Amino acid sequence: MSAVLRLLSRRLGISLIVLVGVSMLIFGIARVIPGDPARIALGPNATEEQVANLRAALHLDDPVVVQYGHFVADLLQGDLGVSLYTNRPVTLDIAQFLPATLELVLFAGVLMVAIGLPLGMWSARYRGRWPDHLIRVVSLLGVSAPSFVWAVILMLLFAFFLPIFPIAGRITDSFEITRATGFLLIDTLLARNGAAFFDVLWHIFLPAFALAVSGIGQAARLTRANMVETYDRPYVEMAQAYGFSARRIAAKYAFKPSLIPSLTIIGLDFAAMLGNAFLVEAVFAWPGLSRYGVAVILRKDLNAIIGTVLIISATFLIVNLIVDLLIAFLNPRIRHSERGTS
Amino acid sequence: MRRTIIILLRNPLSLLGAILVAAVVLSAVLADYIAPFPEHRGSVVDFVYFNKGPTARNLMGTDLVGRDLFSRILYAFRISLILGVVVLAIAPPIGTLVGLFAGYLGGRTEFVLMRLTDVFLSIPPLVLAIAMMGVLEPTLMNAMLAVTAMWWPWYARLVYNIARSEREEGYVLAAEVIGASTLHVTLREILPNCLPAIITKMTLDMGFVIIIASSLSFLGLGVQPPTPDLGSMVAEGARYLPDSWWLTVFPGLAILIAVFGFNLIGDALREILGADQ
Repeated sequence: MSAVLRLLSRRLGISLIVLVGVSMLIFGIARVIPGDPARIALGPNATEEQVANLRAALHLDDPVVVQYGHFVADLLQGDLGVSLYTNRPVTLDIAQFLPATLELVLFAGVLMVAIGLPLGMWSARYRGRWPDHLIRVVSLLGVSAPSFVWAVILMLLFAFFLPIFPIAGRITDSFEITRATGFLLIDTLLARNGAAFFDVLWHIFLPAFALAVSGIGQAARLTRANMVETYDRPYVEMAQAYGFSARRIAAKYAFKPSLIPSLTIIGLDFAAMLGNAFLVEAVFAWPGLSRYGVAVILRKDLNAIIGTVLIISATFLIVNLIVDLLIAFLNPRIRHSERGTS
Repeated sequence: MRRTIIILLRNPLSLLGAILVAAVVLSAVLADYIAPFPEHRGSVVDFVYFNKGPTARNLMGTDLVGRDLFSRILYAFRISLILGVVVLAIAPPIGTLVGLFAGYLGGRTEFVLMRLTDVFLSIPPLVLAIAMMGVLEPTLMNAMLAVTAMWWPWYARLVYNIARSEREEGYVLAAEVIGASTLHVTLREILPNCLPAIITKMTLDMGFVIIIASSLSFLGLGVQPPTPDLGSMVAEGARYLPDSWWLTVFPGLAILIAVFGFNLIGDALREILGADQ
């Protein structure tokens, strides 16, 4: 078995253990809800008998361990229960809202990498000079405010004062797109509707950028710090002695080794963005999972809360797994280790 | 210590950070004396001056019921700072103990404690706090509890990594040979070597705690009105964009200034302490 495969199976095993732990933790948190979820769901006009029936249907009268057992048994069949808020299966609700959030977060992730890494590279290349100082201050400003502040400021500047971008929504209503994947950028491409594709792009840019600002700052700071360290290495000095151009040294000798630690943090920033999507979606009225999550939390909708947090955590675990694999592929010490050690 | 402070104050950026933090702390402590309208921290209604932009009377304008925004922001700093200090007084010790024992003892203890840490770390930060606030009553105490619950694992992981490498050091073996107890080795021998990293992380975290706390109240899951809070002020004002822009812009900038100040100092401190090692 190659080193990468071995790493993958090990990480998969740990992720599964962690996911079970997450489900227990979330289940535990959701079960200490004050007040009777059945009573809240049915409203004040329901009779005692109706409440008792719903409690029985939700297994609320059993011991917590038995309740968890029911929950896991259902979960293994792909059943997260019925949302007391929408009266639909939670899995259906999540399937409806998750793509919008994922599309937003993935787009923000692309912006983070595409803007943050080059900023960090420039900063390191001009370390100690004015472009470096400027980029450092700007990226520190970026990480110094929650994304809802950036969302509000960007909206005010680029949707109201300079009406360049729309203030809300994912797509202009006049476009009729069949939602095959739920990812509108993909759906519009599948429908071969170029105008709609650019309309979606136009809608997603501002919220995604607001979501990405602190990640961009973080990525730039980290890339710079790692690159400055590699600039001190002898092989960079040697490249300079050979007379390689500054651009080539930056990209090939200083950037590549510092990419690996940066990627780890980018995985963590992605997690932060999954959480921060709650804030940005609220500002831009983005019809995603986070808005659903806040709605069900305010209504103490147990099944929906558990399902939402579980799905978000699973998404995060999958992303981290992908990042780990990427690192394994990029790191020659892991990629080629089967020749040496085993 | 004195040398560190001198270095900090010589660098223009960290000097700026020190000034910003001092301004925020002073305005929180002295809010009763600085605020032009101290009574506006509570539920006061003044319909003569409601929803007005910045004027000489109200430097940052007034909110929808006529309360002075500048005064409310000063009191909101108080809530943010209290929350930050309390979280950073509770979370690091918990995480440090977990990390120390997991790193030093190894074996089954390590497996259980670190997998537990992993579980907390694999729920995206804000999401855990949101889920907890969903089931708890939205009060300042519970907001502190929720933020603490998501914060300790980071210290556990940090200290665990240090403790695991220190475990093999000569001074630890020496203490074990003369029969020192586990408690002695972890708390008296290993812990002092973790302190610089812990303290640096704490200064860097102050700003992030403020960000997370304001995010919770932005979603309506934190401190409740009429208590002034920067996050809930932005949330309230966001519905009245763009006309009443001051309702969101000033509380938003207030968060930015406070966090930026703490980050500037934390950054400089990390460089100094890192260079010293």
